[in-house]
Amino acid sequence: MEFVSQLGSSTLDSLSYLGSLASLGARAAYYTLVAPFKGKPLRLQRAVSQAMEVGVRCLPILSLITFFIGLILALQAAYELRKFGAISAVATAVAVTMSRELGPLVTAIVVIGRSGSAFAAEIGTMKVSEEIDALETMAISPIRFLVAPKFLAMMVMLPCLTIWANVMGILGGSLFGVAQADFTLARYIQASIDSLLLRDITTGLVKSVMFGITITAVGCLEGLSTGAGAEQVGRSTTQAVVKSIFLVVVVDLLFTALFFFAGN
Amino acid sequence: MTAEQILSASHTEPVISLRNLRVSYGEREILHGINFDVVRGETLVILGGSGSGKSTLLRTLVGLEKPSAGEIWIKGRDLAKTSAEEMDEIRTKIGMSFQGGALFGSMTVGENVALPLREHTGLEDSTIEIILRLKLQQVGLEGFEYYTPAQLSGGMKKRAAVARALAMDPEILFFDEPSAGLDPIIAAGIDELILELKRAFHMTIIVVTHELASAFLIADRMLLIDKGNIVALGTAEEMRSSTQPRVRQFLDRIAEPEVSGELDYLQMLTAERPNAHNAAGKRGK
Repeated sequence: MEFVSQLGSSTLDSLSYLGSLASLGARAAYYTLVAPFKGKPLRLQRAVSQAMEVGVRCLPILSLITFFIGLILALQAAYELRKFGAISAVATAVAVTMSRELGPLVTAIVVIGRSGSAFAAEIGTMKVSEEIDALETMAISPIRFLVAPKFLAMMVMLPCLTIWANVMGILGGSLFGVAQADFTLARYIQASIDSLLLRDITTGLVKSVMFGITITAVGCLEGLSTGAGAEQVGRSTTQAVVKSIFLVVVVDLLFTALFFFAGN
Repeated sequence: MTAEQILSASHTEPVISLRNLRVSYGEREILHGINFDVVRGETLVILGGSGSGKSTLLRTLVGLEKPSAGEIWIKGRDLAKTSAEEMDEIRTKIGMSFQGGALFGSMTVGENVALPLREHTGLEDSTIEIILRLKLQQVGLEGFEYYTPAQLSGGMKKRAAVARALAMDPEILFFDEPSAGLDPIIAAGIDELILELKRAFHMTIIVVTHELASAFLIADRMLLIDKGNIVALGTAEEMRSSTQPRVRQFLDRIAEPEVSGELDYLQMLTAERPNAHNAAGKRGK
């Protein structure tokens, strides 16, 4: 009985957490899409500087990681393909796996580590030092002021980063292709492009937008629900990272299944 | 009517009225039915120990906590029943200075003070610049608009926070522990600033503090709150001459009788709220 009631209460907790995420997302969407037409302008400048931080500053580390991932994929694929004498299929394997799955996922995980945690820490610190309360007493919505620009930045930058990650992954694969599988760089790239269908890329991009929404919602919600005291900021940051990674994988599964059954 | 008559007439009109205000966090009730009025131009100091509910009272007055029952009338509107838009409208007429200043670390002092003006008024940048200079001058921080909050001392942060609270020319100003964490000289400077605002702008000011010296200096009336109930409400003179044991204990800074054993401690924890200090008194004997 004890177990059943615990299971019930943690299920309810999880559902209410999802509810809070959805409500935060909806309010941010309101301030991004509706409120600007009611005379409450969006802080575009802030969104641009967030996009700079989330996107552009992420490029070096993301490039390095996805380049290596592409190389690893090529090695792993070649291990199996070699047996069938189909080593030239590595280009296809890397291109399709990167753009359908690993490009969006690895990008999301790098962004969680860099930005999801930073969102939770930034908003959490503001909460602890009463800055969020100060915004409210000045009749400035913290959602509009802090959260909405982050959503906008993430929803634009994550697909961009994902495309970049796909390219870097293919380049990583090409290193193996050129060195071990008798490709020239130009032929490897051509083989990758030939193997990709538009829907391989679009499904990845759709997922990356959803990841962006998930990461921002979790990071901001954890920040806003920070309790009193500096150590709570650390707790929020950790929670943001753990919950984001989990939810991103869940969202990934949902959309992959959806695309699979829809024939994409 | 002469100016004085107009002033004295507006003096009697309450700007803030609390009627049987109750506030709870979850199951736990923090404020058990608070009633008082604040008239225009008055400075009310809310005194109380840690955990007395004075901060909760202040947070409720500025709309950061929702009351579980009762009414809060500010400028003729009941805060407990307002919509979000109405609440925002009321909030543009009040200013709040937080304990640690709560300045936005990512902005300069000038941007902090200008923020409410940029958000709520359609004023030109040049006009905002002028208002900003004026507000900083009022709090004695002229020339500091390009500093970041991190570069300011504790006292200067408080002053900058007051400047931000004054930006929209509020009718009511709230202070949370204005002299907490400041040395006596700087704290006296903040008291001076509050008196100056009262004299010059005839502002209604509510201050939450536990600094007695500062309270007696700035208060028109004082309110002592203990365990979520009002213990005493009166002028500084009335408080000084009060014979109520809890008031005397607070003003004369007498420590709570020490808890001697496990049983006493248990009794203290389980004691009925309204009788808690009686119980403490009995234990002392």
